[in-house]
Amino acid sequence: MSALQEIVDTQPIETTPKKYMALGNYASIVVVILLCVAPLIAKNFVIFQMTMVLIYAIAVLALNILTGGSGQFSLGQSAFYALGAYTSAILMEVGGVNYALTLPIAGGICFIAGYLFGLPALRLSGIYLALATFALATAMPQLLKLHYFEAWTGGVQGLVITKPDAPFGLPLSQDMWLYYFVLVVSMAIYVASVNLLKSRSGRAMMAIRDNEIAASAMGVDVALYKTLAFGVSAGITGVAGGLGAIAVQFVAPDSYTIQLAIALFLGMVVGGVGWLPGSIVGAAFIVFVPNIAEHFSKGLSGAVFGLILVLIIFLLPHGSRQIAYTVQGWVHKLRK
Amino acid sequence: MELLLNQVLAGIATGAIYACMALAVVMIYQAIDHLNFAQGEMAMFSTFIAWQLLQWGVPYWGAFVITLALSFAGGIVIERALFKPLGNAPVLTHVAGFIALFAIINSVAGLTWDFTIKQFPSPFGSSPFLGSQLISTHQAGMIGVTLVLLLLLYFFFQFTRIGLAMRAAAAQPESARLVGINTSWMIALGWGMAAAIGSIAGMLIAPVVFLEPNMMGGVLIYGFAAAVLGGLSSPFGAVVGGFLVGIFENLAGTYIPGVGNELKLPIALALIVTVLVVKPTGLFGRAIVKRV
Amino acid sequence: MTAMLNVRDLRAYYGQVQALHGLEFDLQEGSLTTLLGANGAGKTTTLRAICNMVRSTGSIEFEGTKLSSRSTESIVKLGIAHVPQGRGTFTTMTVEENLQLGAISRKDKKAITSDIDRMYAHFPVLKQRHTQQAGTLSGGEQQMLAVARALMLRPRLMLLDEPSFGLAPLVVRDLFKILGKINREDKVTILVVEQNAQLALELADKAYVIETGRIVMSGKADDIANNEDVRKSYLGY
Repeated sequence: MSALQEIVDTQPIETTPKKYMALGNYASIVVVILLCVAPLIAKNFVIFQMTMVLIYAIAVLALNILTGGSGQFSLGQSAFYALGAYTSAILMEVGGVNYALTLPIAGGICFIAGYLFGLPALRLSGIYLALATFALATAMPQLLKLHYFEAWTGGVQGLVITKPDAPFGLPLSQDMWLYYFVLVVSMAIYVASVNLLKSRSGRAMMAIRDNEIAASAMGVDVALYKTLAFGVSAGITGVAGGLGAIAVQFVAPDSYTIQLAIALFLGMVVGGVGWLPGSIVGAAFIVFVPNIAEHFSKGLSGAVFGLILVLIIFLLPHGSRQIAYTVQGWVHKLRK
Repeated sequence: MELLLNQVLAGIATGAIYACMALAVVMIYQAIDHLNFAQGEMAMFSTFIAWQLLQWGVPYWGAFVITLALSFAGGIVIERALFKPLGNAPVLTHVAGFIALFAIINSVAGLTWDFTIKQFPSPFGSSPFLGSQLISTHQAGMIGVTLVLLLLLYFFFQFTRIGLAMRAAAAQPESARLVGINTSWMIALGWGMAAAIGSIAGMLIAPVVFLEPNMMGGVLIYGFAAAVLGGLSSPFGAVVGGFLVGIFENLAGTYIPGVGNELKLPIALALIVTVLVVKPTGLFGRAIVKRV
Repeated sequence: MTAMLNVRDLRAYYGQVQALHGLEFDLQEGSLTTLLGANGAGKTTTLRAICNMVRSTGSIEFEGTKLSSRSTESIVKLGIAHVPQGRGTFTTMTVEENLQLGAISRKDKKAITSDIDRMYAHFPVLKQRHTQQAGTLSGGEQQMLAVARALMLRPRLMLLDEPSFGLAPLVVRDLFKILGKINREDKVTILVVEQNAQLALELADKAYVIETGRIVMSGKADDIANNEDVRKSYLGY
């Protein structure tokens, strides 16, 4: 046998060096300040859209933890998003629970659901996992329409939710209050996620991503961390779903179709797989691009999404991370 | 008893469609080791082409043949333009490619023919087949067309040189190149055939589910379930899987209380997950016999 | 006399790693040449470079045709049959289908049928097993099948990559006898890459020795076999 092995030239886009998972300190501060100030100068509808960007950013971040962190695929994030949304909605409207309290519950339920789904998914890798989650996303709306649950879910009609007012008599509009509320939640989740990936568990996940067999040989409990990654990802997605329900003031089965799963997947690819700060770029993309596209023609956004996805695959395989690198390079040159 | 027989026959009829979709999925899987998540959308688009031809006054079977030819060509174009350049890129990139294709086709169909549902005619009508209440002429037609298709494919792969070359290219691409087979074009041909087979599935199921851009979502999931059940490496298994899944779906809907139409997709999901976990190679997936 | 195959300044790369460093050799028409060398010397890479299955620079000419810009399959169609390492039989297909695949680029149906019969005459064991899956054959039988499949192309040049690999010594002797016969009777030029130098030198009329991607020695097979220094330093027996 020849000692040489053919080396594949193409660079896999899912591998991300660990240290680039987060932004640097200065960049982080700038982004936070921008996010805090922006709503003060924007109109209500734009504030709503920015709220949605933050919410989707949480969901994209969750997918990033799963794919970028542990190397598993999911085309079924819309299902966990839906589960979180319905949990919050039902608790608020049927159970009369405070909206903020519904979020941890939604996250918890989705964590359990994701963990359970992760158990069979353990034996699946790559393309099979994509298939199973694709089926999950397709089946979810039908599950939500089931007439057994109609008393709670409202069936095909869905549920309407009342928007929360700002507490303590703060002089903020509902939209503005919700924006800051979501901002705090999303920053907390972002910081927690960065720390998670930096922790022992995060390193274990990334070891699995890079080489499952080697990881298990080093004593990493592959089964545990793979299911855990699924659970954490689903849990965070569930929180995003809950926030989404509150922001949109409405849940219905057909809001959570495969199209949503596609959008989240696209958000991850646009942002850069495995690069957590890219999540917000990806989220902005999936919120604003359809708006612009639908402005021209109803149904155009799918085509635009698809074309951009193709362009990214071929021209910008690392998504926004690649652009960030380039910009960083320029900044360094300018300083010198 | 009559209900059982009725449901089994109806299951075989829809199973025929699942068999076609599964076959299309397996053909592409064999060629490039990836699952075509856009197979359903491709079939839907083909069906719209057929519908458009019918609107322009082309007779049914004429439209049928033209659609087949266009779908075949379209499949080849998609492979050449999008997936050949991807080559050996990682799974994630391929999945992104299929998702992109899914979104584009779905959206373009909606833009061109809008999202309202349309009637699609059956060439067989819907009267009782041979005076029997058990099965309609359209259902019998679905089964008949599928069987003819399967027979043709069997002869193609078993007894023609190009069929042999395609099998060789799918099984061992490097060895295939070493006997002078242009494997790259065999892959393109596989895409063309998969698209054509999918278009048949679309045209046969459209009279039942009505024509609209999202009509194939459920059918594709069942096609996947069939392909997985039969074994992704076995075209024969995919066909058997299709019929089994069709029958299973109908019987479950009839005899398990509360399932009905409401749980069709969750059933397919459960089926996929169960098979993948319990027996990932499926019923007929080949564990290659090897002795060294 | 011009050679059938001219290789000049051949350099081959796997990713960043260079495996061949300016290889040069010729094959005369009708000859049976062997390429010897240790593990990792670049023997397999040389054969793969001829069929353009690895990135390479330099010039390879087969009967005056440049091969470097051609695809593997079109090189095969020029009449170069390559029996790769590990035999490359289609394990899930029957013996007969394997033979038909060997002739897939030919159009003469009748001649193909008679060639299949000829192969069964060369290798009677294949006839016994003609409906069996190739993967179920023994190692020796699979190697026979690989050679037979290559011959189905009616090649002018046959490249064999370690045909003795993993076979019992007796089986290897049989196989090499058949190779000699094919070379003499069917006038097929043969280049065989071997680690088993002793056997290969008995069979071949010309030999090249390759070390770390360069030809370090060439000559008549007998001369090399009889030169004790060469044997000890390069061939290890």
